[in-house]
Amino acid sequence: MSSTSSPATTASPSPSAAAPPADAAPGAPRLRTRRRQHSPGRPRRSVLLTVLTGLVLVYTLVPLVWLLISATKTQQGLADSSGLWFADEFALWDNISQTFTYNDGIFTRWLLNTLLYVVLGAGGATFLAILGGYALAKFDFPGKRGVFAVVIGAVAVPGTALAVPTFLMFSKMGLTDTPWAVIIPSLVSPFGLYLMWVFATEAIPTELLEAARIDGAGEVRTFFQVALPLLAPGIVTVLLFTTVATWNNYFLPLIMLKDPDWYPLTLGLSAWNSQAETIGGDVIFNLVITGSLLTIVPLIVAFLLLQKYWQSGLAAGSVKE
Amino acid sequence: MTTLQQPATAERRPARPPGRGNRRSWTGWGFIGPFVAVFALVFLAPIVYSIYLSLFRDQLIGGNTFVGADNYTQALQDEQFWASLGRVSLFLAVQVPIMLGIALLIALALDSGRLYGRDFFRIAIFLPYAVPAVVATLMWGFMYGTRFGLVGDINEAFGVTLPDPLSTDLVLASIGNIVTWEFVGYNMLIFYAALRVIPHSLYEAAEIDGAGQIRVITAIKLPAIRGALVIATIFSIIGSFQLFNEPSILRPLARNAITTDYTPNFYTYSLSFNGQQHNYSAAVAIIMGLITMVIAYVVQLRGMRKGA
Amino acid sequence: MRRTTSRLLRGIALVSTIALGATACGSGDDGDSKKPVSSGDVKAALEKGGTIKVWAWEPTLKTVAADFEKKYPKVKVELVGERSGDKHYTALSNAISAKKGVPDVAQVEYFALGQYSLTKGLTDLAPFGADKLADKYTPGPWNAVSDGDAVYGLPMDSGPMALFYNKKVFDKYKVEVPTTWDEYVEAARKLHKADPKVYIANDAGDAGFTTSMLWQAGSRPYKVDGTKVKVDFADAGAKKYTDTWQKLVDEKLLAPINGWTDDWYKGLGDGSIATLATGAWMPANFVTGVPNAAGDWRAAPMPAWTAGDKASAENGGSSLALPELGENEELAYAFVEYANSGAGVQSRVKEGAFPATTAELESDAFRNTEFEYFGGQKANEIFADSAANVADDWSYLPFQQYANSIFNDTVGKAYVSDTKLTDGLKNWQDASVKYGKEQGFTVE
Repeated sequence: MSSTSSPATTASPSPSAAAPPADAAPGAPRLRTRRRQHSPGRPRRSVLLTVLTGLVLVYTLVPLVWLLISATKTQQGLADSSGLWFADEFALWDNISQTFTYNDGIFTRWLLNTLLYVVLGAGGATFLAILGGYALAKFDFPGKRGVFAVVIGAVAVPGTALAVPTFLMFSKMGLTDTPWAVIIPSLVSPFGLYLMWVFATEAIPTELLEAARIDGAGEVRTFFQVALPLLAPGIVTVLLFTTVATWNNYFLPLIMLKDPDWYPLTLGLSAWNSQAETIGGDVIFNLVITGSLLTIVPLIVAFLLLQKYWQSGLAAGSVKE
Repeated sequence: MTTLQQPATAERRPARPPGRGNRRSWTGWGFIGPFVAVFALVFLAPIVYSIYLSLFRDQLIGGNTFVGADNYTQALQDEQFWASLGRVSLFLAVQVPIMLGIALLIALALDSGRLYGRDFFRIAIFLPYAVPAVVATLMWGFMYGTRFGLVGDINEAFGVTLPDPLSTDLVLASIGNIVTWEFVGYNMLIFYAALRVIPHSLYEAAEIDGAGQIRVITAIKLPAIRGALVIATIFSIIGSFQLFNEPSILRPLARNAITTDYTPNFYTYSLSFNGQQHNYSAAVAIIMGLITMVIAYVVQLRGMRKGA
Repeated sequence: MRRTTSRLLRGIALVSTIALGATACGSGDDGDSKKPVSSGDVKAALEKGGTIKVWAWEPTLKTVAADFEKKYPKVKVELVGERSGDKHYTALSNAISAKKGVPDVAQVEYFALGQYSLTKGLTDLAPFGADKLADKYTPGPWNAVSDGDAVYGLPMDSGPMALFYNKKVFDKYKVEVPTTWDEYVEAARKLHKADPKVYIANDAGDAGFTTSMLWQAGSRPYKVDGTKVKVDFADAGAKKYTDTWQKLVDEKLLAPINGWTDDWYKGLGDGSIATLATGAWMPANFVTGVPNAAGDWRAAPMPAWTAGDKASAENGGSSLALPELGENEELAYAFVEYANSGAGVQSRVKEGAFPATTAELESDAFRNTEFEYFGGQKANEIFADSAANVADDWSYLPFQQYANSIFNDTVGKAYVSDTKLTDGLKNWQDASVKYGKEQGFTVE
């Protein structure tokens, strides 16, 4: 059914923020929700539904609350106090400063490494997925149907068994123990490719591409000027997924990197955590916990920032062209 | 041929004049080429190499010899392998429906516009996905602790004895819980994003017809996001069959319950890293990949056909 | 499309074959015998200078590396030590397989040495004169690093076992500190009865601990002669151990906590784990990991299997070895000797390491060290005596790393089900034998 409506209609009802969508027009008592309100029957806020969803929320947040509380404790406090309440001493700021200064401030280095991997890895992965998804959605080319089958097939092979072969290959190419060993594998996001395929199919009216071609625009220009703006919400979603995936990447860097100077945060934290497992090792669970919290915070901030784009992006598709 | 279908909407847009833009040419390769090239390097080449490896046996004593399909016949008779496959199949049958069900309900709730504080819910429920595995271990290790952890606190506070979540009987469920925790928000977001691109005109039409919320969900929303549902299911199947991170992370807390052959992926890991049996590990992985592909293909066929 | 796919695959196959070509073709014609290296060669190398890559997680090596660089200004030591245990060996094995990026010096625990030396992964240090250092070390560690005339590493530290106990807990419940394992079982019952939260020890199944206990009990489950291997957990010593330990397991007198976890450190701190039988390297971990229990703990000799018997065993400990594919052998050896036999030993002992060298162990300064953490106790006397009483005829399997990895799959069942320890050990034996056969060993 969605297929019968031209994708162009997706965009047409709200060409600018000033004009309210058709379904909100009659009566329109709640102006501030008019853009979101696309469901019929003028939904009323439901306390019951909110409470039910709230249960899931509790489930997702309790472990994070533990993390937050634990980050305020010293190593001593962690051992002495119950997990879900604060210890006598509030040591969050001290823990944070220790996290950044421990071992000559290597945490900062790991943070920067992670940023590098995210910018190049997740950014690159998103870009490749956009290009690929666009091609799958809007072009007919030899081997097209095989591409995604091969992708799914390859993803189905357990990754742990491929780690050693990949390591040997990368080692031959001189890539191990360099940032490239982390970045290059991050460039592939099969799920991102699929999402972009779906989004591009839905969001880009083929007529627009045709029109651009008739106007004499080359393929590259058509892509950047016509297709890319329409893909904005999809891009934000894929960017979010690839960012998280790269940020949390652990297994492959573990195999590929030996030099701690190239560790991402996940490897660094794991190394700190396992210090407690070695003879004579310095036990620093408090820094592991604080470091974990600090690792999550940038992602939350990024999510909040992206969310803004995401929301406007959904409507913005219509503005260009 | 195991070709995955294109997204549903593209499939069902047949009545177009031929050659409207989707000209069959090599131009498309210009766009998908970069992806395919990197994919070939980091996925296909190691797989091809693994297939090559799987035809040999490298012993500590005696060195490397060509053994043909021996590793494969051994794997097919390997009880440890089949037991691990059984375990993840059970996991798949129980955990995936629960997780996707919750994710779908929340996505629909968010999309219905009937929630207070929708934006907050959306980000908060997605948050666990942002938590790195190492951190998740620490947190769940604490939650599951019967002595110093949350379970212990509950026992003490209410004078009860809850079963140990890390015992042999319960550990699979405990792992399922962690996976659900991590990925509910992720799947929710996929469904939610798919719901958001449903054309407004459809709702308008439904409103004119006087359709209620439930009717809108079953008649418009679910069919429209079926592509997303199917692909989320397929990736969840792959994820279940490749279950590795959570058991390996929990293992230091439950060494006896989580064996080194707990899941197929864990088994190939143990073979390769503890036992240096790279060749056999490769054979098991290839078999596992084939099984996963077949199941994913069946699900995709059925999913796309149902109610189409 | 099918054709395209297969064409694509063929292309990829081609690319990867080219990329990997070298792996397929032969390894190792490089096993030519080494000629002795004179001390002059080493000295010349030190004067010439260079860089050595050291993979070791032992924390005290940081100071050693700095001192070494100070003494030989032209030598640079790159110490990489963020990983330990399995992750360390994974990286080492991978580098050796790839024949690239192999470190010049690697820390290798005693139990894992066999595997690396067997597969010719380590350089024999005898030509450097390491064989003449035998007398410098206590018997346990030296036996672990040497194989006939060959020496595959120099002992860095050792772990003669002792019984650490929480004196506060024992005093509180007026229980005597056990001197035999029978008394130990008694003490376990008394403590747990007095307070159900107190356990005599934590044990949820640990390969290193169990093998050390077997070692002390006189069991010799592994016999290794080149590529001939025998595994047998049914000897008299093993029976002594399983009989006693089965009682503790059956009566639920052991806290089901895995070592080195958060819970474990908490348990050591709050008195719920009353004793810990482990290597003499433990004090350093007490100080950093259990700071809140300072003054509560003491050390005692290991309980005996028969009253008056002094036999002890080693638990843990590691050596520094030279991977064969590493470079700068002379410099690498010079560093290893400096760290484990020369001036490095004292600086490491000062930082809390437990030495493997008899000179340090017997020195008055060492024996008279008062441990503030143990309420001023001169614990090194106990440790040093234990070191002297370690039987030196123990050997690990040449694939102990794998065997240990499946310990909890097999023996672990005894801790969480009705399986008996003896049956668990039998399963472990069978699985180890199976692996040994698969790997081409002659297994009895």
